[in-house]
Amino acid sequence: MAESCSCTGFTRSQLLRRGAAVAGKGLPSIERGMPLPAGTGLDRRTFLLRSAGAALSVYGASMLSPRHFEEGIAQAAAAAGPNQPVLVSIFMEGGWDALSVLAPVKEARYRELRPTLGLAEGAGRVFSEDENLMWHPAAGGLAELHEEGKVTTFPAIGYQPADESHFTSRHYWEVGQLDANARTGWMGRYLDLTGEPGNPLQGLSLDYSLAPALATSRMPVAAVSSPADYTMWAYGMGEPISGPALDTFGALGTLSAPSPAYEQARNASYDTGLVLDKMTSFVRTEKESGDASQVTYPTGEFAERLAVLAAMLHNEMPITCASLNAVGSYDTHSNEAATLAANLEQTVTALVAFQRDLEARELDQRVLIELWSEFGRRPMENGSGTDHGAGGVAFLIGTRAAGKMVGEFPGLTNLDVNENLLNTSDFRSMYCALLEQWFQTEAGLVIPEAASFERPQLVR
Amino acid sequence: MTGVVTAKRAAKSTPSHAGRDEQRKRAQAHERHHEKHATKHERKRKHKKRKPPHKRTARPHGTAVMAPPVAPSAPPPASAAPVPTLGSPPIVLEQANRLLWRAGFGPTYGEAEEFVGQPLQQVVYGLTRPAGSATLTGPEPVDEEGNALDPANVWGEDHCWWLDRMVRSNQQLVERMTFIFHDWFANSNEQVNSQQLMLDQNELFRSMALGDFDDLFLAVTTNPAMLLFLNGTSNRVGEPNENYAREMMELFSLGADRGAYTEDDVREMARALTGWRNDWSAELGSYNFRFDPTYHDTGLKTVFGQTGNWNYEDAVRLCVSHPLHPSFFVTKLWGYFIPTQPTEATLASLQGLYTSSGYSIRAVVEAILQHPEFYEGPELVTPPVVYNAGLLRSISRPIDTTAWAWLSANAGQQLFYPPNVSGWDFTSWLDTSTAKARWEMASYVTSKTYPNPWPAEGEPEYSATEDPATALSSALEYWANPLLSSESEELIAAFAQSCLQEPLAEWEQSPYRAMRQNALRMLIATSPDMQVS
Repeated sequence: MAESCSCTGFTRSQLLRRGAAVAGKGLPSIERGMPLPAGTGLDRRTFLLRSAGAALSVYGASMLSPRHFEEGIAQAAAAAGPNQPVLVSIFMEGGWDALSVLAPVKEARYRELRPTLGLAEGAGRVFSEDENLMWHPAAGGLAELHEEGKVTTFPAIGYQPADESHFTSRHYWEVGQLDANARTGWMGRYLDLTGEPGNPLQGLSLDYSLAPALATSRMPVAAVSSPADYTMWAYGMGEPISGPALDTFGALGTLSAPSPAYEQARNASYDTGLVLDKMTSFVRTEKESGDASQVTYPTGEFAERLAVLAAMLHNEMPITCASLNAVGSYDTHSNEAATLAANLEQTVTALVAFQRDLEARELDQRVLIELWSEFGRRPMENGSGTDHGAGGVAFLIGTRAAGKMVGEFPGLTNLDVNENLLNTSDFRSMYCALLEQWFQTEAGLVIPEAASFERPQLVR
Repeated sequence: MTGVVTAKRAAKSTPSHAGRDEQRKRAQAHERHHEKHATKHERKRKHKKRKPPHKRTARPHGTAVMAPPVAPSAPPPASAAPVPTLGSPPIVLEQANRLLWRAGFGPTYGEAEEFVGQPLQQVVYGLTRPAGSATLTGPEPVDEEGNALDPANVWGEDHCWWLDRMVRSNQQLVERMTFIFHDWFANSNEQVNSQQLMLDQNELFRSMALGDFDDLFLAVTTNPAMLLFLNGTSNRVGEPNENYAREMMELFSLGADRGAYTEDDVREMARALTGWRNDWSAELGSYNFRFDPTYHDTGLKTVFGQTGNWNYEDAVRLCVSHPLHPSFFVTKLWGYFIPTQPTEATLASLQGLYTSSGYSIRAVVEAILQHPEFYEGPELVTPPVVYNAGLLRSISRPIDTTAWAWLSANAGQQLFYPPNVSGWDFTSWLDTSTAKARWEMASYVTSKTYPNPWPAEGEPEYSATEDPATALSSALEYWANPLLSSESEELIAAFAQSCLQEPLAEWEQSPYRAMRQNALRMLIATSPDMQVS
């Protein structure tokens, strides 16, 4: 039989017709999503991905062929060039305590508000742009990068009127506007504007599910919990059957979807097929490495994901926006001192390793990290913890970060009506400036009322 | 294990990390198993070069989440008019199927077919008005070695213990409501740090699942797991902790962004809730939960404009009697069963029913399960745990492994570990990470019943002659004949028809047909059609 197709000598539409004829159900219509014959494939690119002690290189015919993906990758890479800027969003879930991350240790009011949680002067490094502030001892790595001019600090970021609900506030940050009903993320809208319909890796959630900030209305994006293991296998299903089977799995995602739930299910199948194509380009081949990171990352899932992300970028995977959750939860209503220190330390150590890895791989000019949380916590402690607050702290980290503080620290003498820290910068202002200065994109196309926000210099 | 990690840090392992590590360990074991098998098959494999598949047409689409039903800020007034109902026509297969997936954990073999023709109302009442205590049919749950589960002490066995009830209980709606309230009052053992306290809370949900909401809410407010999770026992006079006060209004009874309460109400409510405390010892953990009047703030508090020396009982009463509570309650409950917003008329009638019945959960569920929109409206995505239980029910597989805990976690839902206090996001279950995890879960479900393409000497070989149509109907039969869309079934049929590269060598006839059978089972179980109901 001719070998013009993955499974038999038929084109897929012929297969459909034949299958349908056998089933006696008439011919299916040939509509959207119906696979077309492959074009002339580009030469297979070989990717090496050093991860989990092994390099991953191209994994060819025994799984879904990566060919059309390679085309997509190649096209996306060619279109973007090697200098495509990348934004890595890291979410500190739960509302981290700004007054501990950058503690105003020299303010008398700080001692009144934080009799037990207040950090002692000298416990951490002084924040060089405002000597009233001190880095949390566990954030020493950030202090180090800051001193190198690689950290842009927002010491009191937020919005007015502040909302103290985790879910509402986080949603605002994710969608880039104060609209509880918005359904696309701010990065998702940027990708809708500039992305590729065949490249789900452009918006990559390194997590067990998709980050809402990456939710799009038109372009595919992906969630991959462990990129090094993205293969699909089933009991008793080997070659030569598994290739066509996985192909069919993805093709089921192209059929019509009569409801939003169906659409979510179809899209997930379709995108999973696409990502599978891309990820099966990587397989562990320890011998062929020689491409490993020179940097030592700490252990843990967060650090591993950052390590893989650096390797993927090194191998020119077409990632534009990536999203990760930091280690732990920052909703420290109780037992704050120990919890915050432990989680912050693990997060910062991994982040510093990531930055050093990017520098070693000479990727650091391309990557900016946004470190954010839904709000800061209440200045007045509740005993062993702090309740929800308003103004918080955020950072942009990277070799090309301007390294200059945006908005001053407002002090604790004047708080807002709910006794919370005032904000001296707005997260939408940060997004607008990032879109323009980092992505060279008109902010008004992504952020509603963009013209009303200031544009601090964030990038050098 | 990694080339990039050379120094192992002595990281403090929190329970969550221990869980994740366990998960990773098991996933890696799975991977090794897979590689071992792959190698074995490799040896036998004749290398046929496969041409690359055809390029699928890019289908422009996004990933924006669906909008869940939300109670409006200005709901219609409660109405005594009856809630719209489908009446009690003889139930048809599609309706029975949807009912069993949404109000339970999917049909067992032949169960949906058995309901066909019975009056719809009678079938609904069978779910909403169970008699006596639940019967669990079939073998008791065990781990891989056949040991009884230890849900209070072993990671993941809590999940499997409950999954077993979902699979075996004859009171399917009671388990489903327990599952709903676990999401409604979402507490995670990551913070509670006591599987026993989580199981106690689970039993509380089960025992009050179809009772009155005000009773349930009060019981939850003083439930030890909840007291730990939202710092109820860190909330004392002079040092109010707002955690529970905020969430009891925002998530449990009134809703955010509706103007139902102010930040001052949060602060005052926290004071009303003071007074609970517990002891702790290294041996017992947190124990001796009790109300201590000396920990309670006895001053006047003003909540929703009402002033008094309120305590935790008043706190619950004030929430439940708030004019915006009935609309919140019925809409939230509705949203677990129906993805579309209830109409004004339905919302008004459901509120009327809820208040006139004395906050009866059963009354409202019963109305929702007879509502035309339940049967005629669009699909819902099936949650991972329900999907898992449903697959097991369809092939009558008891709990005989604890792998379900990590498989389900990877699919986005580990019982007793909701991601945060707002529970799981029921509007975005499926993406490229969780779809892959469902594939792995489905494969695991088949692990004890799949035909081995390479049987050992003496073991039966798979049919060497099975034709594509028979293969497909056999695979459908395996999953108790689920309802697939005709389009999906045609595509899967086309695969069955074409995946064997004729002519096959003699030695390929049986193994490749076994593989085709396994692939068909996977394609059916993981089809988009099986992810929705």
